[in-house]
Amino acid sequence: MALNQAEIAQHPAHLELPDNVFVSRLDELGSWCRKNSLWPMPFATACCGIELMATGASRHDLARFGAEVFRFSPRQCDLMIVAGRVVMKMLPVLQRIWQQMLEPKWCISMGACASTGGVFDTYSVVQGIDRFVPVDMYIPGCPPRPEQLIQGIIDLQDKIQREGTVGGDEFAIAARQRPKRALIEHPFAVSPNVAVSPPRLLSS
Amino acid sequence: MTESSPAQPGSTQLATLSAVASQFPNATTSEFRGNVRVVMPRAQLREAAEWLRDERGFDQLIDITCVDYLHYREANERFGLVYLLARTETAERITLRVMLDEPDLTVDSLVPLWEGANWLEREVWDMFGITFAGHPDLRRILLPEEFTAHPLRKDYPLQGRGERHNFPVLTRGGG
Repeated sequence: MALNQAEIAQHPAHLELPDNVFVSRLDELGSWCRKNSLWPMPFATACCGIELMATGASRHDLARFGAEVFRFSPRQCDLMIVAGRVVMKMLPVLQRIWQQMLEPKWCISMGACASTGGVFDTYSVVQGIDRFVPVDMYIPGCPPRPEQLIQGIIDLQDKIQREGTVGGDEFAIAARQRPKRALIEHPFAVSPNVAVSPPRLLSS
Repeated sequence: MTESSPAQPGSTQLATLSAVASQFPNATTSEFRGNVRVVMPRAQLREAAEWLRDERGFDQLIDITCVDYLHYREANERFGLVYLLARTETAERITLRVMLDEPDLTVDSLVPLWEGANWLEREVWDMFGITFAGHPDLRRILLPEEFTAHPLRKDYPLQGRGERHNFPVLTRGGG
């Protein structure tokens, strides 16, 4: 049953708000705060790192999007930007840095090498960091221009606003736990009859 | 410049060649476009390097590297270990080569002669699996310690044997 204006005003649950107050959900408020103060952790290993530096510098000015505070301690960051190829020897370091970052945290895979290995299809280069750490946003390019990185950060902000929750429940949903499609369609080829060393993770 | 054109060996290079040939009759000497090359028997490598350094003035070790001649038609031995030496007084250079074949891939280390040979020999060990007898610290230098192969050998696949996929997968909830 629809109420008319007079009945709404008389309703016991009705609350008169001043003009400068509006109502939102707590999740949206939290996400709004988080998305506008991303603190990037620069994991820059190659030429993408140069573009990452240019993005943070004055000309492209990442501060316009609230993400200019690059910190070199993972404990102070919530956005890992992996810029460049990651080799076997570096991956345990990357995983440890990822583990040291505090929740909620996000990961941007910047450029062709971080996302797929790029042209470096060799024995020592990891073919996409998303095989071993969760990735929220991929940025194409070799290397991507700063505009493209900024677009990636804007898209990540939209994603945080859209699905973010104060308790971080969005990270636990099934779609984020599922293996990447590329992994299902192209599983790892490990040669038979070859002893590979046991998987390693730097002990914490 | 008093030196001859690159296509013609200069007198110093010819002098070096003949001195090496008379000092080490078992060595094979050759010259190509001004480059002096010596293939030395394995047992005489250390002795020859020391002689070149002390008697002929080749005081700088430029590089140590290796070539895998697997599938190479004209090769009799599998590995060619290459030592590049230079004489800093005259900028003269010489290439010293030792051929090695499986299963015995051991040569004398040159660390007692040049400290700089340390990391170069470690890299050759890492990439080709050549053992240097007398090396003070023969560990892998570039690859992770638990790596089991020597990836610059020609029989090692370019994309590896799965080592690059051999890591734990971190997910959102679990780790």
